[in-house]
Amino acid sequence: MESLREFHEVAQNPYRYAAELKDRGRKILGYFCSYTPEEIIYAAGLHPMRLFGSKEHIHLADKHLQSYSCSLVRSAMADVMAGSLAFLDGTVFPHTCDSIQRLSDIWRLNTNLGFFADVVLPVKLNTESAREYMIAVLARFKGELEEHFSLKITDGNLRSAIVRYNEIRGCLTSIYELHAKDPSVISGSDLYAVVRASMIMDRDDLAVKLAAVLHELKQKQGTGRNSGKRLMLVGNICDHPDIYTLIERSGAAVVWDDLCSGTRYFEGKIDPDTEPMTALANRYFTRPVCPAKHVSPFARGEHLLGQVREHRVDGVIFFQLKFCDPHSFDYPYLKEFLDRAGIPNMMLEAEDQLPPEGQLLTRFETFVAML
Amino acid sequence: MAQIDEEKKKRKFKSAGKMRDIMFEYYVEAKSAGDNGKKVAWITSGGPVEPLIVMDVIPVYPENYGAMIGASHMGGDLCEKAEAMGYSSDLCSYARADIACAPVNGGPIGGLPRPDMLVCCNNICGTVLKWYEVQARYFNVPLFIFDTPFCHTGFSDEARTYVRRQLNEYIAFLEGACGRKFDFDRSIEVGRLSLQGQRLWQEVLDAAAHKPSPITAFDAFFFLALIVTLRGTQTVVDFYAELLHEMKEKVAAGISAVPRERYRLLWDNLPVWYRLKWLSDKFASHDACLVADTYTTAWCGSMKYIDENDFLSSMAEAYTRIYLNIGVDEMAKTVFEMIDKYDVDGLVMHSNRSCKPYSLGQYDIQRMVQERKGIPCMMIESHMVDERSFSESQISTRIDAFMEIIKQHKGHV
Ligand code: SF4
Ligand code: SF4
Repeated sequence: MESLREFHEVAQNPYRYAAELKDRGRKILGYFCSYTPEEIIYAAGLHPMRLFGSKEHIHLADKHLQSYSCSLVRSAMADVMAGSLAFLDGTVFPHTCDSIQRLSDIWRLNTNLGFFADVVLPVKLNTESAREYMIAVLARFKGELEEHFSLKITDGNLRSAIVRYNEIRGCLTSIYELHAKDPSVISGSDLYAVVRASMIMDRDDLAVKLAAVLHELKQKQGTGRNSGKRLMLVGNICDHPDIYTLIERSGAAVVWDDLCSGTRYFEGKIDPDTEPMTALANRYFTRPVCPAKHVSPFARGEHLLGQVREHRVDGVIFFQLKFCDPHSFDYPYLKEFLDRAGIPNMMLEAEDQLPPEGQLLTRFETFVAML
Repeated sequence: MAQIDEEKKKRKFKSAGKMRDIMFEYYVEAKSAGDNGKKVAWITSGGPVEPLIVMDVIPVYPENYGAMIGASHMGGDLCEKAEAMGYSSDLCSYARADIACAPVNGGPIGGLPRPDMLVCCNNICGTVLKWYEVQARYFNVPLFIFDTPFCHTGFSDEARTYVRRQLNEYIAFLEGACGRKFDFDRSIEVGRLSLQGQRLWQEVLDAAAHKPSPITAFDAFFFLALIVTLRGTQTVVDFYAELLHEMKEKVAAGISAVPRERYRLLWDNLPVWYRLKWLSDKFASHDACLVADTYTTAWCGSMKYIDENDFLSSMAEAYTRIYLNIGVDEMAKTVFEMIDKYDVDGLVMHSNRSCKPYSLGQYDIQRMVQERKGIPCMMIESHMVDERSFSESQISTRIDAFMEIIKQHKGHV
């Protein structure tokens, strides 16, 4: 699809895109993790951009980080040391896992990109005191932005941001749903590019372009055929578009995911009629939970089974970066949930590089053949 | 020969046997809790234990058990079991060992008593959150999470409000689990004992400032068990008072922990539990004494935030601002202070693959120490309980090389 070209370009060259935005006078804040209150950044007229790390010159991180930290953390550190993130006007660290927690300290002590904020969210997302604490934390973050950039974020700004984000997330959800219904309407790697670019592109521009993609896909509906096996991808971030292509070559399609670079980024609407900070906090309390946060000991397993049923998933591929504690702790129980429900599953662990293509394809083919 | 034995005896701690007895009794009591109509709570090592004591609930510490597992060289085997259960070998080896123990009653004392409830405080790491979720699923018992926001650069007002409110929620949780009201009068007494215990423990550790030091970090790792497991009780206060007395006697008699202490070193991070003796002998063979460490101090490091007259509400803040729950630069400050206080010649950092919150950032601390304090540093990489990861010959060579540098630095070669 022609309309997808730009998404691919942005997904492949996020830093080039950012540099161009910067040239046009935009101020850019880099952030980690899907719990970053992007809406507040947007409401301030700043550009929020998710950092994934380019995986180039990753050895530069050796000066600050042990080899047993995940490749996301290492690669981001390497990029900032190499000067690849010079376009940033600041960085935002929400509190999630132990590795990001320490990366934040190391970053603060060794870089100077202007704005810096830790957004120390609660770990529990199931009590009233945690909710009130979260609202206060969001308000503090807003105040820090206002002070550093000498601006005022009004309730009106926040409400427009909420409307904009609902639009974007709504579009992404609809595209995912269309694809889940009929995976042939858009390829996995195209969809990957769309989601990835959505965390990078100018959000106003994005909203228009996403709506166009959705419109085009709706026209295409019904024309595709795909009787292949239906898979779900579960894990932290999937930074490898090749995975989708290889899975398709092995006769299956990824019809849904539980990834922080996938549905966990866009699921959950924000109520536009509630007081903005409360509304933002409420979304975090209701969207699918990341394993670094707590709702209940069974929340993720139940969510996973729900998704498997809803999207008629034949098999699950756990995909995670090595050295990721929160996901590694959840894997055995999630697997047990699936095993008990009779859903075949496999685990794929990656560092900055994937295993060789031939080997991966064989693994996928073997797995798909079992379904 | 007889003389050497005599010397060795003098360096030994009389209190060691006593502590073993106390720990033995404690575990017997915990294991027979059910028979005595008492409830057991599993709690994280940095968790707010005092309310449990007020409620007569026996606190049990899987991390302390993890240390015992490590010291009895059972870690590798249990960690392997956890891997067979699907847990990655990169995870904290305390957690892996404990998770593997639970279904088979494994480990040195045949497993921990079954918990009636779980209390998890994330002031040490995010690992405990995941680990306690695992146990909440396995034992199917209520889980209370005491969420202590990380203090990168300070302690915010909203964090203070949040942790204080949780203290009330915690008390309500305990009242529900025990079917009894919380005794606020008793909590004053328990708070007093807790603080007293912490002060005495700090004094014990402070004795290492004396030259030569009567105590090594390896001794501290051993004596740590009580402040972790029984804080808030009279037992701890009495025991540490006695230990302190013994320490003073040693200082008065000029007895040093390492025979010819020429070099004083500081240890960072958790111990390597299955190699305590080997490491201790190794350094002693270079006339080096690891006089202090950042780990055992963590149980008395946030006393400054406790209000003696209002223990209960101030403890929420104190538990939030403990050593591991602060930024790398704050941790470095503590390291600088310890370097000065104990007048050490070098820093030995355990880069502990088990513990990311403790280990990530060590490279930066190392650099800061070298720049500001000008003392040599070395790193030892391992997992604190999983002995399969320890490469003895490599570490031995590196310690030799490090000690050479220290000697040169001191102008001794
Ligand atoms: S991949 Fe895992 S370890 Fe790495 S930053 Fe994300 S949650 Fe943390
Ligand atoms: S060793 Fe580290 S990761 Fe493991 S429980 Fe202790 S603080 Fe947490």
